[in-house]
Amino acid sequence: MPIKVLIPTPLRPYAGKKSVIEVTAQTVGEALSDLVAKHPDLRKHLFSEDGKLRSFVNVYLNDEDIRYLEKDATPVKETDIVSIVPSVAGGL
Amino acid sequence: MALKIPAALYAQLRQHGEATYPHECCGVLVGEFDEAGGKLVRSVVPCGNTRTDSLANRYHISPSELVRVQREALLTGRDIVGFYHSHPDHPARWSATDLAEAHWTGCSYVIASVENGRAVLTNSFLLLEQEEAKRFEDETLEVTMT
Repeated sequence: MPIKVLIPTPLRPYAGKKSVIEVTAQTVGEALSDLVAKHPDLRKHLFSEDGKLRSFVNVYLNDEDIRYLEKDATPVKETDIVSIVPSVAGGL
Repeated sequence: MALKIPAALYAQLRQHGEATYPHECCGVLVGEFDEAGGKLVRSVVPCGNTRTDSLANRYHISPSELVRVQREALLTGRDIVGFYHSHPDHPARWSATDLAEAHWTGCSYVIASVENGRAVLTNSFLLLEQEEAKRFEDETLEVTMT
């Protein structure tokens, strides 16, 4: 089914400069796979070489972190929004 | 290319640092990117600092807050253009930790120095390049009347 993926600023150059991309998926994992299939340049910015999400990349299904749901297997429905947000932190 | 911020929002950002002193404050800058690569701040969104274990010298914005701010910004035709945090009794310059933890290439990272509870210098830095080669570049912070 079609669902929306929100693309954060740093990744838009690799996603056709788009802030929202529609993908076809039944799970969050499929959504991300369809996303990088449509925009292959995104792959290395989202995933490390072992195929896992980079540690500073957070993926949310609506308002829930997928780490606390079913991760890649988290099911999605048509009104869902997948958000990709890199971490924001720092200090002295 | 500059980060433009209305005077009232500039004051709000600095006052957040004063309010949380001696701890670091943090938040999101929402606005617009212009054709020339500059940015205009339309709103300052204060966030919680989840580093309750080290508030005086570390900050972290919960991804759940970022998700909400990003979603709401896009719905109103705006965007996340940067972030801010304070340095209590420390210069308004990025640290090695600031760079290591910065991942929003193309966005501004504003740092407000707060000395003895009073905001002093506030600087902006643009994050350039992707992760393996990322670096901060000094950025003009232009405070506008409106």
